[in-house]
Amino acid sequence: MPRKRIPVVAGWFTEDGPDEEFRLLGTRCPLCSSVFFPRQDGFCRNPGCTGGEPVEVPLSRRGTVWSYTDGRYRPPAPYPCDPDMPWEPYTLVAVELAAERMVVLGQAAPGVGVADLAVGMTVEVVPGVLGTESGDGTDDGTVWTTWHWRPVDTGLRDGAR
Amino acid sequence: MSGDVAVLGAGMHPWGKWGRSFVEYGRVAARNALADAGIDWPDVQSVVGADTVRGGYPGYVAGATFAQALGWQGARVTSVYAACASGAQAVNTARAQILAGMADVVLVVGADAAPKGFFAPAGGERPNDPDWLRFRVLGATNPTYFALYARRRMAVHGDTPEDFALVKVKNAAAGALNRNARYRAPVSAEQVAASAVVADPLRLLDICATSDGGAALVLSSMEFARRHGAADPVRIRAVSTVTPTYPKAVLDLPDIATDSAVAVEPATASFRASIARAAYEEAGIGPSDLSLAEVYDLSTALELEWYEDIGLCPAGGGAALVREGATALGGRIPVNPSGGLASFGEAVPAQAIAQVCELTWQLRGTAGDRQVPGARAGITANQGLFGHGSAVVAVR
Ligand SMILES: [Zn+2]
Repeated sequence: MPRKRIPVVAGWFTEDGPDEEFRLLGTRCPLCSSVFFPRQDGFCRNPGCTGGEPVEVPLSRRGTVWSYTDGRYRPPAPYPCDPDMPWEPYTLVAVELAAERMVVLGQAAPGVGVADLAVGMTVEVVPGVLGTESGDGTDDGTVWTTWHWRPVDTGLRDGAR
Repeated sequence: MSGDVAVLGAGMHPWGKWGRSFVEYGRVAARNALADAGIDWPDVQSVVGADTVRGGYPGYVAGATFAQALGWQGARVTSVYAACASGAQAVNTARAQILAGMADVVLVVGADAAPKGFFAPAGGERPNDPDWLRFRVLGATNPTYFALYARRRMAVHGDTPEDFALVKVKNAAAGALNRNARYRAPVSAEQVAASAVVADPLRLLDICATSDGGAALVLSSMEFARRHGAADPVRIRAVSTVTPTYPKAVLDLPDIATDSAVAVEPATASFRASIARAAYEEAGIGPSDLSLAEVYDLSTALELEWYEDIGLCPAGGGAALVREGATALGGRIPVNPSGGLASFGEAVPAQAIAQVCELTWQLRGTAGDRQVPGARAGITANQGLFGHGSAVVAVR
C-alpha cells in the first residue's frame, strides 16, 4: 500500500488541488477582521472586540523574509526525524505577510539554505513534506505533509532537487 | 517609600551540572539566604517557591517541596509558575504578601536540575500546546528563535557576529570573578568564532547552556528589617510582571506567528521594552539612575536588544555600547556583572531570583572583584514564555 499523506496538523493548510493553489489557512474575525494563524476558532483575541464566530480564511501566498536561520543540531522529540539517519539541517524562515500584517514562521523548501535567503526577499508558500514514518508491515507508513517557504524568482525552483 | 520591601538575605547554590535533585539545590540556596539574613527558618512566616516542571509533582509544588526539605514548620506556602519569569513572580508574590500585611518575613526559593542540550516540551501528544507544536511542526528550538532575532539585528541595525562575540567575552570575564558561576574561564572572540554554529548566525558560545542551580532571597517589611537591626537594607522598589498588548507584533517563543495588526495598530514599544518601562514607572526612576543591570542573555545578540529595551540606548545602539565597553565591568553602566546566563547557564526558576541576588550584593558593596563602585540602583530584566514580563528594581 502507498504511504498515507497526512497533514502534520489538520486544518492549517489546504490538502487538495494543484501546488499553485496551496494556501495556509487561518481564521478571520467577522467583526474586527483580525486574522489568526494558527487558526483561532471559537473566539477573537482582539481585546477591543466583542467577537463573533471566526471564519476560515486562506492567507496570502507570498510575503517577504523578516528573518531566517537554520537548525544545525537535531531537535528533540516530538520533531519527526529518524535518529538512525544522518542529521540534515533544516532552514527556518519568518515571513511578513503584507495584507495580514503578520509574521508566519515555516521551514524553507528542501535545498534552500541560509545562503539563499536575505531579509526583505520575496518568498511563496508551497506544499512540502516534514517527514515520513515507517509502516508496520500492513502498510508503508505515513508521510507528514506541511508548508514550506520558497524564494520566488531565484532559479531555485529548478535547482533545488 | 511605603512600597519598599527589604532584602535581608541572598543565597545561591553554585550553578553547574551536579547531577543532584533540584530540592537539594534549593535547600542549600535557602539555607545560605537565611544565614545571610540572620533569620532562623522557623521564624519565616511564608515560603514562596518558583516551580520547575522537570521534577514531577515535587517540582510543580516547589514552595511545599522546599518547605518540607527545610523541615515543616507551618509557614504559609505558595508555588508559582511563569517559565523563565517564575522567579520574578515568586519575588512579586512575597512582596505582595509583605505589603498586604500577611507576612513580615518571607523566603523565596527557585532551583532546577535542567536537562542537557535543548529544552524540550512536555511529553505526550499535545496538539493544543503551542510549545509542543513549534517543536513538532518546525523543529523550532529556543536557539532558532534567538538566531532569528540575531539575523534580524544584522539586517536592520548592521550588527555583526563579532559584535555578538564581544558580549560573550565581556560576560565570561565577569563570570570568571563569580564563585557561583558555572563557567569561570575567560573566553576570547577567537574562541567564540571557532565554536560550532548552532543556528546561523549564532554559535555555541553565543547561546547560554542549560544548568543546575538554585537561588533564594529573604524578604521582609521595612519595619521588620529595622527591628531586626538592618537600618539601611537593599530595598526592592518595583516588580514588573506585565503581559504584552495586542497585537504582539514581534515573533516570540513559542509562537509560530505574530498577532495580525490589521485591526489594531501595534504599540510603538515592544513587549520587552514595556517590561522595563513598567518597572521604571513603579520605581520612579529611569535608565539614567541605574548603576548596573542584570538582563536575560539567552544569547549574546539578545543582550544587545535588552540594552535598547531597558533604555540604555536608542534602538539599534546596543552594539555600539558593547564595542565602547560601556557595559563591561569598569564601564559607564555595567550589564551582567554577575557573568549573566553566559556564565551561569539556565536553571529556569532560579535565574530571575539569582539576578536579584546579584543586585543585592552589588548594592551592599559586597560583590568583591566584580563590584560596581558606589552602586545605588539596579534593574533586572527577563521574559518568561507565554507573555510573562519580569523586571525588578532594587535600590540602596
Ligand atoms: Zn474581532
